[in-house]
Amino acid sequence: MKRAAVLGTGQTHHRTRRTDVSMAGLCREAIDRALADAGVDWPQIDAVVLGKAPDLFEGVMMPELFLADAIGAAGRPLLRVHTAGSVGGATANVATSLVRAGVHRRVLAVAFEKQSESNAMWALSIQPPFTAPIGAGAGGYFAPHIRAYIRRSHAPGHIGALVAVKDRRNGARNPYAHLRQPDITLESVQASRMLWDPVRYDETCPSSDGACALVIGDQAAAEASAKRVAWIRATAMRTEPTFFAGKDHVNPRAGAEAARALWHAAGITDPLDEVDVAEIYVPFSWFEPMWLENLGFAEAGHGWKLVEAGETRIGGRLPVNPSGGVLCSNPIGASGMLRFAEAAMQVMGRAGEHQVAGARTALGHAYGGGSQFFSMWVVSDTAPASV
Amino acid sequence: MAAPPLSAPLDIAFDYTRSLGPVLGRFMTGLRDGRVLGSRTADGRVHVPPLEYDPVTHAPVTELVDVRPTGTVTSWTWTDRPLAGQPLDRPFGFALIRLDGADTALLHAVDAGARERMHTGMRVRIRWAAERVGHIRDIECFEPSAEPAGPPGTGKSDPVMMITTPIRLSYTHTTSADESRYLRALAEGRLLGQRCPVCRKVYVPPRVCPADGVPTEEEVPIRDHGTVTTFCVVNVPFAGQRLDPPYVVAQILLDGADIPIPHFVVGDAGDVRMGMRVAAVWREPESWTTTPENIAHFRPTGEPDAPYESFEEHL
Repeated sequence: MKRAAVLGTGQTHHRTRRTDVSMAGLCREAIDRALADAGVDWPQIDAVVLGKAPDLFEGVMMPELFLADAIGAAGRPLLRVHTAGSVGGATANVATSLVRAGVHRRVLAVAFEKQSESNAMWALSIQPPFTAPIGAGAGGYFAPHIRAYIRRSHAPGHIGALVAVKDRRNGARNPYAHLRQPDITLESVQASRMLWDPVRYDETCPSSDGACALVIGDQAAAEASAKRVAWIRATAMRTEPTFFAGKDHVNPRAGAEAARALWHAAGITDPLDEVDVAEIYVPFSWFEPMWLENLGFAEAGHGWKLVEAGETRIGGRLPVNPSGGVLCSNPIGASGMLRFAEAAMQVMGRAGEHQVAGARTALGHAYGGGSQFFSMWVVSDTAPASV
Repeated sequence: MAAPPLSAPLDIAFDYTRSLGPVLGRFMTGLRDGRVLGSRTADGRVHVPPLEYDPVTHAPVTELVDVRPTGTVTSWTWTDRPLAGQPLDRPFGFALIRLDGADTALLHAVDAGARERMHTGMRVRIRWAAERVGHIRDIECFEPSAEPAGPPGTGKSDPVMMITTPIRLSYTHTTSADESRYLRALAEGRLLGQRCPVCRKVYVPPRVCPADGVPTEEEVPIRDHGTVTTFCVVNVPFAGQRLDPPYVVAQILLDGADIPIPHFVVGDAGDVRMGMRVAAVWREPESWTTTPENIAHFRPTGEPDAPYESFEEHL
């Protein structure tokens, strides 16, 4: 396979309501920034890949059809990717595959969500006939698994709050973040309302409007770039059923297998030692320690110790979500691509106030559905020796 | 012969909103004011409805121009039986109409009265709705005529930035044969599971085994007692919710099953524990139908808690 690199990234200012723009305008805000960052103009784009969460979220069936003109797909191939909340990451990986396979030289990947046009909680709470009305909402789906993690790992109760404080303070350094809370404290998080016990209000993600875009190019395109690029060392995706007898909701097999495949393909044997920064999909704060274990940064049951020791803060051994992560901005369809873009920004040295000093290798990670879809990539500041 | 699978209607609806942005906002504001605006792209063409971005140069479109309220049918079809929500409640033509001054065609309804009166090339004019709010339905329809109607009265002056788009979806939801047997057993107050012939796991409700991809066949009676594997206390109200918070939603591993079901545990929320033993509380038998709602909730039995190891692999 050929080498591929991120040439440029772009994202919107994420907000509860971006009523100043249409869906097309939201996407273009991110796309125009990505093209400018990449130093690439429209004639150099060979294909467009679009990702967003389920159509019921905006009530537009196949929005890629009406968006085709605005996202520059006229006269080019356009693909739509569907993998629920992981879709932003999967979209970046599909675009990468088109470049690595030698099909296209430069591919534009776009992901968006305009949550203000609808109500995702409603869309996720449709009750089909012949089922019991056991609705608990999105947080209610994940909260029991968090309780199971706490029981299994014997993690102290304040770990989730520590993650929330870290991410919200990181978000305050990110001009695009939806929630920017530099003054948040452990006490204020612990005093916030208990929503889905054991998940508190300040430990949950917001509902955001936003978009993200990436320009991914082949080796020639990367070498023609005037700015530093993020070389894509490896990508991985895995899927498992939402429910099956014996499913491990705390440490899902698909996530663990994707991570193993990713590290192997990237030639990484000790992720904690060899990865400088990680952007991990953490919609509820407790998922940081859970995914640290699932990804192989810590042994099962020990992820919370990295959090407690402050090792996931900027300046720690493995800064996690220096952008503020999903806890600060959650335009669902774009949230995964934001993780991938932020990882790229770190190794490009273009993460601004939330730059991790000396970051050379970074992880971008996303998951979606009921821990059903996993997508991830590793990017570096230097080209991989082999791909 | 086996009874046919159970089916029932599923109707869902939501009033979605659309923030319009600068171009479509001006278009909708124009309709509200009885004007039709098109967007001019770099090649000089005028698009109605307007494009937000030039498909050739990709630049944002900024120039909007008035087009005439008269136009020409470029193609059409006829609908004899209009559906709910369509522009007219009597037979009408769906037509692509190129307004005078525009280079592209707009889809709308033509109130021609009879199929015989429709033809490609026919001249039509806008019939404005009496009440206009900034929506494509401000054009009630088109009608055959070469001459424009008189200008409509102007409306409010504030710009239109948002529209509401109600979406209604109607499905018929049909269960599988196995699920139907499970539901019919529920109507008799029985819980039925099925064992996968490959992994030997017992699924309730029955389904194609998600791990092995084969139908579960062997029927296994399941007791209406079980163990809480894990749970959450729902304190938050949300759209679509059917109970008033706070309430406990637990994963309950029924005795004899290998996968938990979600259900309510009623009692003091602070007392619910992982490992707690619970039993189903059924509604009155005369109300039973083919639904899991025959079980109102679960209640603690007072038995000693199940040891963690006994349900650890079901978390």
